Amino acid sequence: MNMTSTPPLPAWGAGGPGSEPLLAVEDLHVEFATRQGTVKAVNGVSYSLYPGETLAVLGESGSGKSVTAQAIMGILDMPPARISRGRIRFRGTDLLGLSEDARSQVRGRRIAMIFQDALSALNPVFTVGSQIGEMFRVHQGMSRRDAERRAVELMDRVRIPGARQRLHDYPHQFSGGMRQRIMIAMAIALDPEVLIADEPTTALDVTVQAQIMELLAELKRESDMGMILITHDLGVVADVADKIAVMYGGRIVENAPVHDLYRAPAHPYTKGLLESIPRVDRKGRELYAIAGMPPDLLDMPPGCAFAPRCPYRQDNCVTEAPPLYRIGPTRGGACHYWREVLDGSHG
Amino acid sequence: MSDTVTPRSRRARHAKSPLRSPGGPSRGGPAAGTAGRPASLWNDAWHDLRRRPLFIAAAVLIGVILLMAAVPQLFTSVDPYDATSCRLGDARQAPSAAHWFGTDNQGCDTLARTVYGARNSLLVGLSTTVVTVLVGGLLGLVAGFRGGLPDALLSRVTEIFFAIPSVLGALLILAVFRTGTVWTVMLALAVLAWPMTFRIMRAAVITAKGQDYVVAARALGASGRRLMFRHILPNAITSVIVVATVNLGVFIAAEAGLSFLGVGIQSPEISWGLMIADARPRFLEAASPLLFPAAFLSLTVLAFIMLGDAVRDALDPKLR
Amino acid sequence: MIRETPAELYERLVLGRYIIRRLLQAIPVLLGATLLIYAVVFALPGDPIASMYGEKRMDPDIVAIVREQYHLNDPFIVQYWYYISGVFQGNLGITFSNVPVSEIIAGKFQVTLNLAFTALVMEAVIGVGLGFYAALRRGRAQDTMILASTLVLISIPTLVTGFVLQLVLGVKLKQSTGIEVFPIAGVSDGWRSYLLPAFVLAGTSIAYLTRLTRTSLAEILRADYIRTAVAKGMPRRRVVGRHALRNALIPLVTYLGADLGTLMGGAVITETIFNLPGIGQELFRSVYERQQPVVVGIVTLLVLVYILANLIVDLLYAVLDPRIRYE
Repeated sequence: MNMTSTPPLPAWGAGGPGSEPLLAVEDLHVEFATRQGTVKAVNGVSYSLYPGETLAVLGESGSGKSVTAQAIMGILDMPPARISRGRIRFRGTDLLGLSEDARSQVRGRRIAMIFQDALSALNPVFTVGSQIGEMFRVHQGMSRRDAERRAVELMDRVRIPGARQRLHDYPHQFSGGMRQRIMIAMAIALDPEVLIADEPTTALDVTVQAQIMELLAELKRESDMGMILITHDLGVVADVADKIAVMYGGRIVENAPVHDLYRAPAHPYTKGLLESIPRVDRKGRELYAIAGMPPDLLDMPPGCAFAPRCPYRQDNCVTEAPPLYRIGPTRGGACHYWREVLDGSHG
Repeated sequence: MSDTVTPRSRRARHAKSPLRSPGGPSRGGPAAGTAGRPASLWNDAWHDLRRRPLFIAAAVLIGVILLMAAVPQLFTSVDPYDATSCRLGDARQAPSAAHWFGTDNQGCDTLARTVYGARNSLLVGLSTTVVTVLVGGLLGLVAGFRGGLPDALLSRVTEIFFAIPSVLGALLILAVFRTGTVWTVMLALAVLAWPMTFRIMRAAVITAKGQDYVVAARALGASGRRLMFRHILPNAITSVIVVATVNLGVFIAAEAGLSFLGVGIQSPEISWGLMIADARPRFLEAASPLLFPAAFLSLTVLAFIMLGDAVRDALDPKLR
Repeated sequence: MIRETPAELYERLVLGRYIIRRLLQAIPVLLGATLLIYAVVFALPGDPIASMYGEKRMDPDIVAIVREQYHLNDPFIVQYWYYISGVFQGNLGITFSNVPVSEIIAGKFQVTLNLAFTALVMEAVIGVGLGFYAALRRGRAQDTMILASTLVLISIPTLVTGFVLQLVLGVKLKQSTGIEVFPIAGVSDGWRSYLLPAFVLAGTSIAYLTRLTRTSLAEILRADYIRTAVAKGMPRRRVVGRHALRNALIPLVTYLGADLGTLMGGAVITETIFNLPGIGQELFRSVYERQQPVVVGIVTLLVLVYILANLIVDLLYAVLDPRIRYE
C-alpha cells in the first residue's frame, strides 16, 4: 500500500518545485467556541511534509501544534472546534473536503498517530493483542487468528520482549516505554504514509525517551513514511528531524532546516528557546528563560503575538503582525527584525 | 469577564479547551481550586447559582412551600383541623368554586388539607436532614480525620446499617413506638440515613486531608482542631450539603410512604401520605383527593432535588 | 477447559480465596444487622403469645410451656443466640403457630424476587438505553429532555407513580380499549401482573441509572483511549459500542448489583398499592400480628440478598476491569 515510485529525496525536504508533498497544511485556521468567547487556537498555519521526511513541530502548550495535528487526523471535537479556513492536502486531495466515510479510509490506515500518554491512550479493558489486532480485523477483515499473528509480528518489530506471551496482557501490565511501543506498533500496523507523533516521549524517563526516539528513527529508515514529530523539547528533535516549524500563539513563527535553525535562529522566540537549553559549551553561564506569559488566545494582540515578551520589540511590532518573511529558499521567519535576530545569533 | 473573577468554575469547565497554560494542571485543577479557597468557591457558586433557571425554579417552589408550612392561612380560609369544616354529605365532590381541589371521603376540603399538610412534611424533612448531617457529618469528620480505630469501628457499624433495607427498617422502628408523630418518623429515618452522610463526609475529609494545602498547614504546625475546622471541614462540607439537599426531598417522600403505610404520622394530624391512604379506597371513583396531595408531594420533592442538582452543578461543574 | 495452565490454576485459587475471605467479612455485617433487627423486634410492644390467642382467656400452664418452647423467658441475647445459630444451619425458625418461617416466606419471597428482577431488567434496558442516547446527543434538545424527565422521575415518589399509573395505564387504558393491558392488582395474571408494579418500583432507579450512564459515558467518550480508537480509523459504531461501552459497564454493573437489594427492600409500598403478596406485605402483617420470627426472618433474608449481591458485583467488577485484582 505504500507509495508508488517517488524518487529518493535528500534528507530534508527537497520540496523544490515539481515534487509533490505528501501532506500539505495550507493556511489552516481552527477556533474553539467556549463560554468566554472564541479561542483562536490555530491562525493560518502552513507546512508541508515530503515522503521520508521528518518535520518537527515545536511549541509550548497552547501554541496550536497539537490542534493542527488533530485537524490533520480529523479527531477534533467539532463542536466546540471549528476549522474556519484552510486546506489539508494529502497526496493532492483536500482531506477537509472529504466525506466522513472517505476520511475514515485515510485515518489510521494512511495517516496514523501516536499520543503522549500511552497509558491513557490505550483502552484499559482490552488486551494489547486485541488492540493491535483490531487494526487488521477492522481495516482488512482479517480473522482473529491471523490478526493475532500479525500483532505478534508487530510487537516483535517494536522490540517488545516475549511478544507471543504478552499478547494477552493488558496495558497496565506494561512499563511506560513498552506501552509507547505498543502505541507505535498499532500506528504502524498498516504501513501508514504519514505518522504523527504527538509528544511521544514527554511522559517517559529520559533513558526510555532516547530508546523510543531511536525506534521511531529506525522505523522511518525502513520505510518511506513521513513523520510529524510534535514536541516542546528542542533537545529531542535535533537528531531525528529534517526540518522544524516553530509555533507560537497559533502561528508558525519560524520554519527552517534543522541545522540552519540550530546554527542561527531567525526569530527571537526560537532564539530564546535555544538559549534556554543547557549546553556544555556554555557551562557556567546563566540559563536563559523567556520572560512573561504565553499569549491569551481569547484576546490576541493585533500585532506580533510574541511582542510583549520580545527583547527586539519595536513600536510597529505591537500594531503590525509580521508575515512569514522568506529568509532563504526553504526558510521563513515571522519577525520584522529577523535580520537583526539572525545577525545577533551569529555573533 | 476576566479569568480571575471566577477562576475555578470556568477553568474546570473547559478543562478540554486547548489553552492549557504552562503549569496549568496544578493551577487549574478543580480539586486544587476547591481546596484552596473555600470562601471564593462559595462566592463562585452563588454567582453561578443565581443565573441558573433550575435554581431559580427550585428556590421559588421552596419559598412557596415554606410559606404554606409557616402560614397556611394565607392559602385557604378553611381550617382543616376544625372538625366542623367537613361535611360528610359533601364527600367526594369534584373540584368547584367552593372547593378548588374538591372534597375527600369525609367531605373535607382537599385544598385546605393539602396546604396544611406541607408543615408536617417539611418538619420531617428538615429535622431529619439536620440530625443526619450533624450526627453523620460529625462522626464522618472524626473518622476521616483521626483514622485508626475510631474510623475502623464506625466504618464497620455503617456497613451494618447499609445492609438493612431502609423502608422495612423504618417500618420496624416505627412499629416499636405505638403512635407515629413527626418526631418518631424523624428518628426512624435518621437512624437509617446517618451512615450515608457519614460515608460522604469521611471520604471528603480523607480527600481534603491529602491536599497540598492541608499538608502544608500541618507542616507549618497548625493544630489538629484548627486543621479540622478551618481547613478540612469547609471543603468537605460541600459534598455533604449537596447530598443533604437531595436527601431532604427523599425524606419527605419517605415520610409520605410511611404515613401511607399507616406507621407514620397519624390522624388527626394531616400528612400528604395519610391523605393518599385515606383517599385510596375510593380512588377509582374520586381521584382528586389522592392526586392533589400526590402532586404537592411530588413538587416538594422535585424542588429539593432540583436545588441539590443546581448546587452540585455550581460547586462542581465537572460532575455534569 | 480440560487442562489448566499454571497461571489459570493460580487465578482460580486466588479467586476461591477471595470469595471465602469476602464471605467471612460478611459475617460481622450479617451478625450486626440481624442483632439490630432482633433488638428492635424484641422491643416491639405487645406480647406475642397474647396476640396469638387474641381475646381468649389462656391457660397459664400452656402459656408457660409455649414461652419455654420459644425461649421467651431467656434474656434477649440468649434468644438471639438461639436464633442466629439456627440461621447458620439454614433454619429461619418457626412461628408461634408452629409453622416454619421459611415455609411462610418462600412464596412471598418469590413474588418480591420476581418483582425486583423485572424492575432490574427494566431499569437496565431503559436506563442504560436512555443514558446512552443522551450521552451521544449531549447538549442537544433530546439530551436536555431526557435529563429533565429523569429529574421528574426521581422526584415523584413511588406512592404517586404507583397510583397514577394504576389509574392511567391500568384503569383508563382498559376502559378505553376494552383490553386489560396491565393488570392492576394481584399476581393472577402471571408475568403480566408484574409489568406495571415493576415499572413503578424501578422508576427512581431508571432515572438514576440514566443519569449515571449518561455521565459516565460522556466522560468515557472524552477519554484518551476513545480518541485513539477514532484515530485508528475505527467506525463510530465500534468506538461507542465496543471501546466506550465496555468501560461504561463497570459503574453500571456496580449500580445495578447494589440496586437489587434496594429494590427488594423498598418494594413494600409498591406491593401494597398493587396488592402483591410479597415479603413487604408479609412483614407488615407480621409486625402487627407480632410474629417476630417472621419479621426477623424476612429482614435476615434481605440482608443476605444484599451481601450476596455485593459479592457478585465485586466479582463482576474484577471480570470487567482487568486493572482490579482480587487481593
